[in-house]
Amino acid sequence: MGVQEQYPFDVEAVRADFPILDRKVGGDPETPGEGPGDDTPLVYLDNAATSHTPDAVVDTIADYYRGYNANVHRGIHQLSQEASVAYEEAHDTVADFVGASGREEIVFTKNTTEAMNLVAYAWGLEELGPGDNVVLTQMEHHSSLVTWQQIGKRTGADVRFIEVTDEGRLDMEHAAECIDDDTQMVSVVHVSNTLGTVNPIPEIAAMAHDHDAYVFADGAQSVPTRPVDVKDLGVDFLAFSGHKMCGPTGIGALYGREEILDEMQPYLYGGDMIRRVSFEDSTWEDLPWKFEAGTPSIAQGIAFAAAIEYLEEIGMENVQAHEDLLAEYAYDRLTDLGGVEIYGPPGHDRGGLVAFNVEGVHAHDLSSILNDYGVAIRAGDHCTQPLHDEMGVAASARASFYLYNTVEEIDALVEAVGEARDLFA
Amino acid sequence: MGLGSDMYRQQILDHYKNPRNYGELEDPDFTHVGENPSCGDTIRMQVALDDAGETIDAVRFTGDGCAISMASASMLSERLHGMSVEELDELDTDDVTEMLGVDISPMRVKCAVLGRQVAQDGSKIHRGELDPDDRTKTEE
Repeated sequence: MGVQEQYPFDVEAVRADFPILDRKVGGDPETPGEGPGDDTPLVYLDNAATSHTPDAVVDTIADYYRGYNANVHRGIHQLSQEASVAYEEAHDTVADFVGASGREEIVFTKNTTEAMNLVAYAWGLEELGPGDNVVLTQMEHHSSLVTWQQIGKRTGADVRFIEVTDEGRLDMEHAAECIDDDTQMVSVVHVSNTLGTVNPIPEIAAMAHDHDAYVFADGAQSVPTRPVDVKDLGVDFLAFSGHKMCGPTGIGALYGREEILDEMQPYLYGGDMIRRVSFEDSTWEDLPWKFEAGTPSIAQGIAFAAAIEYLEEIGMENVQAHEDLLAEYAYDRLTDLGGVEIYGPPGHDRGGLVAFNVEGVHAHDLSSILNDYGVAIRAGDHCTQPLHDEMGVAASARASFYLYNTVEEIDALVEAVGEARDLFA
Repeated sequence: MGLGSDMYRQQILDHYKNPRNYGELEDPDFTHVGENPSCGDTIRMQVALDDAGETIDAVRFTGDGCAISMASASMLSERLHGMSVEELDELDTDDVTEMLGVDISPMRVKCAVLGRQVAQDGSKIHRGELDPDDRTKTEE
């Protein structure tokens, strides 16, 4: 025992908020719950892909559809007013959560990827050209890597990649070489979804701003798992997804500094984003609505705020402390097991995920075998194919933790990994 | 819990650890390479036909990938020996899973059928029915 005593909050009480954690797995996927072996407790360690949703958030969605379902910003009737106020206030909640000045700086998007694309299209296509460059890192998720790569091709701007050291950290000397006076944008993943590296965003932001470049932090893995404040980070843009932080799918957010968003032209045109339309021309609604064309994900937006309220109840410092505890424990136990190669920085200095390979076992085989033990992990390239090329492997297994995971679940992971290793020995 | 997945019965593990017909042919009638990019599975199949060009005389494969894809290619290489090119064309996913003798979970079917796809595409290219620039992929 011992490690459990260091939990920063009552994990069992948190688990009770997530009924899905009680389900059993192992049966036929076509007929869940009916097949043989469907009595294995679920050990869900794929939180970097998507997190589960507590009752309070599910209830928020149901309350909306049962109680005040209406389109926003459209009608004068009471339901529309209630829906509009809740949807707008959700922006305030998100803004407070990341230290933005107000709702003007928070655009609701489908997810992190759409937030990236919004800036890439609305700002990048307009502002970039031959001679300019965009600086990324080798550990970018495809959401940023592919987006800026393609914008680079369309505009003639150069796209550079800050190299990753053998220990899985950014080579800051190389960063200083990459970022120069022609750099217009530096887009960096805050916490790597593959290496678990926590990148020094304030330092990178200072380097970028010295050269009058903007900084975009990919917060998909950091905002759900630790306190994040845009002013402390010094970023101009931050993107994150609701479904990785106890919220529903289909909702995410772009933070952008107000003066930059003000200058940017809309990315999508249509209803809700306009102020005055004639046959000849149109003018745009105020921020953030200028960037939210069409009927938005209303229930999801309101539920996103409910998810944030749920996390704030526990406290993001506590969520981070729990993640750190589990990451270090998993790192140590997998290391002790032997025959396991772990990617990225040491256990005491990483986000709450561990990507690894077991000697002689392909990651997909490993994941299939772990599935029989009820252990859900990710196997594949985690949307970082070029990084995997650099690591010299086609795929890896990844266990990622969240506030409801326990030390016992990591024990179950390690035991199953050991069984898989022995099966293939 | 039993030992490991039902998918990893002894036969699969045996073919994975000791692949049959692994290597190269000196004088193949056709050689074809295919991959599943997201898994990183790659398989290269070589086939030699009889003088009439109708029956498969010899098969060799090389590759890199998960146990399901490698074992499937190994078992297929044995199965193809003596098979007509028409019969090769007609091999479908059910034939492959039947050959493997285990239930393949939906997410892994693309691994199981890679070897078959490489052999079929190679044969079609050899007959001029498929553009050789079309690389074999069993995923979207």
